Amino acid sequence: MKLLLDIALTHIKGRLRQTVLSVIGVMTGVGFSIALASLMTGSQQDFIDRIVNSSPHVVVKDEYRNPPRQPVERHYQNGAVSLSGVKPKEELRGIRNPKPHVVSLNGIPGVAAAPNLRGEVVMRYGGKDVSAALVGIEPKLERRVSEIEEDLTAGFLDDLYTVANGVILGRGLADKLGVEIGSTLSASSPAGVLLKMKVVGIFHTGIIAMDQAQGYALLKRVQVLLDRPNVVNAIHLRLKDATRAQGMARRIEARMGYRAESWQEANQGVLEVFKIRNIIIYTTVSSILIVAAFGIFNIVSTITFEKVRDIAILKSIGFEERDIRRLFLFEGLMMGCIGTILGWVLGYVLYRLLGAVRVEVAMFTEWTRLPVLFSLTHYLIAGAAAIIAATVAGYLPARKAARLNPVDIIRGTT
Amino acid sequence: MNGSALIETRAMTRVLPGPVPVTLVRDIDVTVGAGEFIAVTGPSGSGKSSLLYLLGLLDRPTEGTVWLKGIDTETLTEDGRSGVRLARIGFVFQFHFLLPEFTIIENVLIPMRRLGGCPEGEMRERAAAILDDLDLAENLERRPHQLSGGQLQRAAVARALANDPPILLADEPTGNLDTKNADRVTDIFQDLAHSGERAVVMVTHNPDLAARADRRIHVVDGRVAEDL
Ligand SMILES: Nc1ncnc2c1ncn2[C@@H]1O[C@H](COP(=O)(O)OP(=O)(O)OP(=O)(O)O)[C@@H](O)[C@H]1O
Ligand SMILES: [Mg+2]
Repeated sequence: MKLLLDIALTHIKGRLRQTVLSVIGVMTGVGFSIALASLMTGSQQDFIDRIVNSSPHVVVKDEYRNPPRQPVERHYQNGAVSLSGVKPKEELRGIRNPKPHVVSLNGIPGVAAAPNLRGEVVMRYGGKDVSAALVGIEPKLERRVSEIEEDLTAGFLDDLYTVANGVILGRGLADKLGVEIGSTLSASSPAGVLLKMKVVGIFHTGIIAMDQAQGYALLKRVQVLLDRPNVVNAIHLRLKDATRAQGMARRIEARMGYRAESWQEANQGVLEVFKIRNIIIYTTVSSILIVAAFGIFNIVSTITFEKVRDIAILKSIGFEERDIRRLFLFEGLMMGCIGTILGWVLGYVLYRLLGAVRVEVAMFTEWTRLPVLFSLTHYLIAGAAAIIAATVAGYLPARKAARLNPVDIIRGTT
Repeated sequence: MNGSALIETRAMTRVLPGPVPVTLVRDIDVTVGAGEFIAVTGPSGSGKSSLLYLLGLLDRPTEGTVWLKGIDTETLTEDGRSGVRLARIGFVFQFHFLLPEFTIIENVLIPMRRLGGCPEGEMRERAAAILDDLDLAENLERRPHQLSGGQLQRAAVARALANDPPILLADEPTGNLDTKNADRVTDIFQDLAHSGERAVVMVTHNPDLAARADRRIHVVDGRVAEDL
């Protein structure tokens, strides 16, 4: 074995420049795939973290997943009844008398629930009209469900209780209106109610849609403003373990009848986009590795051509086909392994560099640094891919060399 | 089958298949015994090399049998034949076939290391001793390109002797050498055959060298025309 390695090394040394080039090829493939993977999973994880942190894990909505069963169907449970063209009655939407629901949801271990009433209002300040979503909350419940309190850059959540008609605005919204803490603006709803409200807090979540067009006020005030007494349109839930949101949503829906949506369901579209993005990235990276593999294949083939005499004499001395195959496989593998190790280093360096880059990106969320994620899995997958590629690239010429008939070469060499 | 024979062939024929089959050798019956120094002669293209490859298990006959120390080589697998070549047979060709990146002693060590079974230090000693016997003591650490033709050919002989094989097969080993060096290599072969249980079979075009052998096998058109 050691003997084969020694021979393999002399072959590689004899083609140092080419070897270095294909090692660089492997290194680049491995390094960039690690860097891209850390960036991809980093931004994905960042996005999911933000969703998980800033939005409810489960939202119980004031709607039903399927239209209610019609009385005729309910009556003839087993009858061959089929209805078509049913027009559901226009019901005033909303979860009426939400309190018992909220109390019972809060009773589930690991669950915090808070009611929410959301409506479009027009806010006016100093002659500027800005339409915004106003969310009515119960601060003492809300602080256990959302991060609104941590996101406050000015003011206190409890000021909603103490200041009459207090309102908390997103930073972008406050800027658009030109208001500050203490300003009094007027809010009018489609129901025709007008309310003077005092700005008691400013928040900044980093999620653009929220910061630019959302405000919070006391649930009671918003019910008045929207003229929907004792009604909420959602109950927000936060779970100790966000990964269990889907199961929890299903159970709650079965129990309460209202549609309960997990964060995964709510963000399905974006999560799908991530999947597609990952496929594109991995395809790109695989093609870098395939090019690197061609480099290895090329060198090992060249060496086998160059060394036919050595192969012939080794075989006539008594080396088996297997020995020759191993010899050239080693050469491919050496390049693959060295390339992989260097690629790991390159990947780590790129990961650190990318993580240090300052950026101002405003897509779904605001970043100040590229979110990168360190995961050993990336290193293992990239390394395994490179080594498999190197093995295949070395094996093909190795097999050919091993099958060479020494007599043919020896006859031709005088 | 002769019990004391190292190699024995019976009706050995080798035909290259193809649209026009080529007969390399036909109906060869030869016996090579221990301590014999045999010269194989014959015109160019008569099948001398082909015969040697068959005797050395580098090639398989299409008909007939080859026994090696009483073993029917037909029954051996390809790996089995490799094993026999490694331990029992030494080859020397017209070209030295030394690996250019390795020193002379490393080249001699290659068959030893492949066979294994003894410590590296001991192998080195043995290799140095073989090279010393062949007057190459000064060149152990030199690379092939630093040696003369005669030295290279002696180094190739040293490698063939690495695992102390009972059979040494040489195909025009002196073809590239001047008279003096050719004589010297022939001396070595003669000594190797006569000093022990070894058999040496040497293909040569040179009648003077052939004359020094104990036996001459003359090949014409792939057949043994004379075995004296
Ligand atoms: N692969 C092959 N295809 C066709 N013919 C071949 C092949 N190999 C050998 N031959 C032929 O077989 C015959 C025997 O060849 P071989 O090399 O054994 O002769 P030789 O006696 O060693 O000749 P020389 O003295 O020139 O070395 C020659 O006529 C040669 O042309
Ligand atoms: Mg010949």
